[in-house]
Amino acid sequence: MADTHAHAHGHNDHADHGHHPTGWRRWMYSTNHKDIGTLYLVLAIVASFVGVGFSMMMRLELAEPGLQFIRDQHFYNVLLTAHGLIMVFFVVMPALIGGFGNWFIPLMIGCPDMAFPRMNNISFWLTAVGLILVATSTVIGGGAGTGWTVYPPLSNHTFHPGMSVDFAILSLHVAGAASILGAINFITTIVNMRAPGMTFHRMPLFIWSMLVTAFLLLLALPVLAGALTMLLTDRNFGTAFFEPSGGGDPIFWQHLFWFFGHPEVYIMIIPAFGIVSQVVSTFSKKPVFGYLGMAYAMVSIGFVGFVVWAHHMFTVGFNVETRAYFIIATMIIAVPTGIKIFSWLATMWGGSIEFKTPMLYAMGFIFLFVVGGVTGVTLSNAPVDMAFHDTYFVIAHFHYVLSIAAMYAIFTGMYYWLPKMSGRMYNEKLGQWQFWITFVGVNVLFFPQHFLGMAGMPRRIADYPDAFAGWNMVSSGGAVISLVGALLFFYILWDTLRNGAKAPANPWGVGANTLEWTVDSPAPFHTHEVLPVITAEPAGSHH
Amino acid sequence: MINSRWMLFLLVLFSAATAALSADAQVVGAPQPWEWYFRTAATPVQVDLIWFHDLIFWVEVAIVLFVLGLMAYIVVKFNAKANPVPSRTTHNTFLEVAWTVIPVLILVVIAIPSLRLLFFMDKAKNPEMTLKITSHQWYWSYEYTDSGIAFDSNMIPEDQLKPGQLRLLDVDNRVVLPADTEIRLLMTSEDVIHNWAVQSFGVRMDTVPGRINESWMIVPADKIGTYYGQCSELCGVNHAYMPIAVDIVSKRDFQSWLAQAKTKFGRLDADAPVKLVQAETQPSLDAR
Repeated sequence: MADTHAHAHGHNDHADHGHHPTGWRRWMYSTNHKDIGTLYLVLAIVASFVGVGFSMMMRLELAEPGLQFIRDQHFYNVLLTAHGLIMVFFVVMPALIGGFGNWFIPLMIGCPDMAFPRMNNISFWLTAVGLILVATSTVIGGGAGTGWTVYPPLSNHTFHPGMSVDFAILSLHVAGAASILGAINFITTIVNMRAPGMTFHRMPLFIWSMLVTAFLLLLALPVLAGALTMLLTDRNFGTAFFEPSGGGDPIFWQHLFWFFGHPEVYIMIIPAFGIVSQVVSTFSKKPVFGYLGMAYAMVSIGFVGFVVWAHHMFTVGFNVETRAYFIIATMIIAVPTGIKIFSWLATMWGGSIEFKTPMLYAMGFIFLFVVGGVTGVTLSNAPVDMAFHDTYFVIAHFHYVLSIAAMYAIFTGMYYWLPKMSGRMYNEKLGQWQFWITFVGVNVLFFPQHFLGMAGMPRRIADYPDAFAGWNMVSSGGAVISLVGALLFFYILWDTLRNGAKAPANPWGVGANTLEWTVDSPAPFHTHEVLPVITAEPAGSHH
Repeated sequence: MINSRWMLFLLVLFSAATAALSADAQVVGAPQPWEWYFRTAATPVQVDLIWFHDLIFWVEVAIVLFVLGLMAYIVVKFNAKANPVPSRTTHNTFLEVAWTVIPVLILVVIAIPSLRLLFFMDKAKNPEMTLKITSHQWYWSYEYTDSGIAFDSNMIPEDQLKPGQLRLLDVDNRVVLPADTEIRLLMTSEDVIHNWAVQSFGVRMDTVPGRINESWMIVPADKIGTYYGQCSELCGVNHAYMPIAVDIVSKRDFQSWLAQAKTKFGRLDADAPVKLVQAETQPSLDAR
C-alpha cells in the first residue's frame, strides 16, 4: 500500500498538517481543493432546502384542483422559476461538479491540488453570490415568474417591470462566470497534472466525465452570458434584440438559450455517468467493461449535445426541414447512451457484486435513467412532441433524468465517498432504507405525470381542470414519500459525522483501486505530495 | 375454464363501453378522470400521431423490460454469495458492435414514420377556409377571414359556471368549425408567447408576437362534438385561465351558425358584451 504520507516527511513545510489557516479563514480564504469541494457540497445542501422546499409547496398546491394554499398564481410562477434555477445551478451542478470534482480530481489523478487554487476560491464564492442573488430575485421586485427559460417577451420590461428578473439574470451571469473559471481550472488540471504514467487512456472514467463536462461548460456558458446580456440591455437600456416591435425576435432568445441549455443537461448528467462507472466497477470487483467505448461515448454525447438544441423548440413554428434535422440529430444521442447502459450491465455481468448503498443507487440510476431516456426518444420525434410539448409528460421525462438520475448520482457519490471525505462510515442499514424509500417516493411522484401529460395537462399551472385531480393527488403523495427519503438522508449524514465508525483508507475492498483509496480516511489536508507512479491500465482493464 | 370466464368478462366490458359510446353521439375531447392515455383523436393527424406514438411506446417498453430482465439476472447470478470470484472480462467485440448497431437500426425504424408524419402534419394542402387565432394575456381572439367574423373567447369564471360546464375549460364564445373541411390555422400573438393546443386535433403551435405560424386540421363528420384545449406556453399570471373550446358541427349547421354570427360578431357596437374587431378594416395586431 502506497501511503503517500510515509513518503512526505521532510519534503517541505507544506507537508506539516498543522500549517493551514483555522476558523473562518480556513473556509473563506480556502485554496485547498478538499475544503472548496466541501464548501460546494454544503452550498448544494443549503440550496436544496430552498429548491426542494419550493417544489414541496408546488406539490402541496397541486394535490387538489382549485387554489388552496397559493392564492396568487404569480407566486406559483415565481416558485417554479426559482425551483428550476436553484436545482440546476445551485444544487446539481455544485454537488456533482464543484463538490465531487474538486474533491476527487486531484485525488484520482494523483496531484496535490487544482492547477489554480485561488481561482478555485473565487469560483466557489461567485457561486455563493449567485445563490444569494437568485434568492433575492424571489423576494424583491415582485419575483420572476418567467420559468427557468426566461423567455422574452414575458421576461422583458413590459411584462416583468420589477427588478426580480434583473436579479435572476445577474445570478446566472455570476454563477456562469464561476462555472467558466471552474471549467478552465478542471481542464488545466486534468490535461497537465496527471501523475506520471497516467495517460489519457488510463484516467478513471470519473476524470473523463469531468473533462468532458468542463469543455461543455467552457463552450456553452459564454453563449448564455451573451444572451443574458442582451436580455439585460433589452430590459434596461432600450435595445430590441428580442423585441419584435424594434425588429428583434423572441425566437432568437430561444435559440441562444437552448444552445446553452441543451449542453447544460449533459453538464448535469455526464458527471453522473462518471460516478456510476466508478461505483459499478468497485462493487462488482471488476474493471469497467469497454473502457474506451465508455470514455468516447461521453465525448460523443458532449459533441452531439451541441447540435440538437432546437428539439426544445419543435412548436415555435420553424420550417419542417429544420425540424427533420433536429429529430435525426437528437435520436443519434441514444446510440452512445445505449453503449453506456449496456457497458455498465456488462461490467456487472460475471461480477461478484456487493449491494451496498452506493451500488443500489448506481443500479437505480441505470434503470431509471433508461426509463427517462426512452421517453426522451419519444419526445425527440417532433410529430409526437406535438402532443407532449409543455405538458406534464415533459415534466415527467426530465425529472426522471434530473430529479431522479442526477440526484441518484449525487446520493451514489455521497455514500461512496463519504468515508473518504469524513473519515467515518455511514449506517449501512439506514442507507439501504433511505434508498428504498426514495425509490418508491420518486416513482410514485413522477410516473403518474406521464399519464397527466398524455391526457394533455399543461405544465406551469397552479390550478387544473378537475379531471386531472386523481393522478395529481398520487403524485403529491409520492412527493411526501420522497421528502421522507430526503430528510432521512440528512439524518444519515448527521449521524455519520457524529457517530460513524472510523473508516479505513479503503472501505470497499479489492474493487476500489483508484488513487483516492490509497490515501488515509479522511483524506489529509495535503495529499499526493510525492507523486504516485501509474503503471497499470485504469482499474486493471486490459486492451 | 378460467380463460373463457375472463373472455366473457372482457366481452361484457367491451360491449358496455361501446353502448356507452353510442348512447352519446357527441364526441367530447375533454380529459377524463384517471385518464392515462390520449384523448379521442379527431383528425387524421392525431390518429397517425397516436399510431406512431404506440409504435415507439412498445419498442421502448421492450427496451426497458430487457434492461430490467438483465438486471434481475445479474442480481440473482452475480451477487457476491452466488459468484464469489469475479470474472476479468472487459471486452467482447461482437457484443460492443451489436449494442451499437442494433440501436441504430431501431432508430431508423422509428425515424422513417416520424419524418413521414412530420411532413404530413406540417401544412394544409388545399385549405377550404382559414381561421386566424390571436393570443392575448389572457384570452384568445378568433377571426374567420373568409366571412368577416371576429370575436374574443374568454374563460367562464368559476362562479358563473352553469351545470355541465367544465371548470377552467369552458369559454363564453366557442370556436365553431365545420366537419369534413380542411381548415388552415394561422396564429400570432399580441403580447407574449402563448400556445394554441387542442390535443384531439394534433395541433399545438406557439403564437409568437411578430410571427405568423401555420397549422391545419380536418375533422371527419363522425367526430362531430366539442373539443377542449389549454394555453400551453407560460404566459403570465393567468396562464391557467385561457382555455380553448371548439365545436365541430356539420357543414349545414356551420352555415346557419355563420348567419347568426355575422349579426352577433360582424358589426361594430360599443355596448356589445364581447370585444369586437371588424375583420375587413382592422389588422389583428393593432393596439387595443
